[in-house]
Amino acid sequence: MVMYEAEYEQIKKVCDRLVREANSKVVFLVDKNGQLIASAGDVGHLDTTSLASLTAGNIAATGGIAKLINEKEFSQIFHEGERDNLHISIIGQRVILVVIFDQRSSLGLVRLRVRKASEELNTIFSSIAAKAEQPGASPFAEITDDDIDSLFSG
Amino acid sequence: MSFINYSSREINCKIVYYGPGLCGKTTNLQYIYNKTSPDAKGKMISLATETERTLFFDFLPLSLGEIRGFKTRFHLYTVPGQVFYDASRKLILKGVDGVVFVADSQIERVEANLESVENLRTNLSEQGYDLDRIPYVVQYNKRDLPNAATVDELRKLLNPKAVPEFEATATTGVGVFDTLKAVAKLVLQELRKGADAGASPISSPPRRGPVT
Ligand SMILES: Nc1nc2c(ncn2[C@@H]2O[C@H](COP(=O)(O)OP(=O)(O)OP(=O)(O)O)[C@@H](O)[C@H]2O)c(=O)[nH]1
Ligand SMILES: [Mg+2]
Repeated sequence: MVMYEAEYEQIKKVCDRLVREANSKVVFLVDKNGQLIASAGDVGHLDTTSLASLTAGNIAATGGIAKLINEKEFSQIFHEGERDNLHISIIGQRVILVVIFDQRSSLGLVRLRVRKASEELNTIFSSIAAKAEQPGASPFAEITDDDIDSLFSG
Repeated sequence: MSFINYSSREINCKIVYYGPGLCGKTTNLQYIYNKTSPDAKGKMISLATETERTLFFDFLPLSLGEIRGFKTRFHLYTVPGQVFYDASRKLILKGVDGVVFVADSQIERVEANLESVENLRTNLSEQGYDLDRIPYVVQYNKRDLPNAATVDELRKLLNPKAVPEFEATATTGVGVFDTLKAVAKLVLQELRKGADAGASPISSPPRRGPVT
């Protein structure tokens, strides 16, 4: 996946708004390979890299189970905790949207807001995918063996 | 599949350590984790059984530094080597950029190694990858053991294509970083090759980072 500044700003905006409108604590977006795309809300104390990898693992495992029982991918998953709850949904079969919320919100509200945000995100990711189809220069076209070696000398 | 982020100026790549049960995949990651400075690594996550066998995966995020103004990050994963965890292995291989095959050098494990390489090839091809074309290195681990087969023997069986290969003793770290560097280098070289087919930023051209 290639993420550009313009789309990133749009994505970030949607995530920020989702945090507010769903009364949630944290929202983050992960690609299916476990890479964090964006996060919003009170993430300062969170290990988002680990969260991203585990979320993707979770979705991959659940998707594997779905296949085995001839079910389509589960598009929404909800985990209820003592304090915090987790709502996970898959957007356009591409990316994973995670919302963490507590008793100040509710599953109903989160679902409602996620639905709207998902549509917007789906549009953005479609345009990212379309851009990726077009050939062009990349910063890595010009890297030299020395560039690569220098990574390992330090 | 690598993830290039122009917004945060990051590039993330995924490397998977593959190999038969108990060959030392998790030990490789543990050694790397222990020897890497805190600012260059994230938390290591191990989803393991009570007997410390990998159940789903180990995960270790590393940052190697910058290339042309882009932070390069490598996400290292191990698969569970035990035969019956095949479904999980397939999942971990999704989106892989480079593979390390960790072989167990012990003579008794020759067959297990062979089965595992075959399994790797099959699982990769199910995802549309060709083992002969992706960044791939082989590590002969457990060289310290008296019942280790010779490297010549192992090479014949496990590395007919002569990809970069390393002798290792993961418990003491011998060969561990050499292996990692080699696969990381291949991944970056592949990125350069694939760059022409990649995308260009249309609405926001990348700011050039300092040329090193
Ligand atoms: N002697 C010796 N023992 C090793 C070496 N590398 C790993 N081991 C030991 O082998 C055992 C298994 O190592 P792991 O790293 O857990 O193996 P694994 O490949 O992750 O195994 P699975 O998770 O089941 O796939 C441990 O007891 C390690 O200490 C080595 O180079 N030499
Ligand atoms: Mg293991």
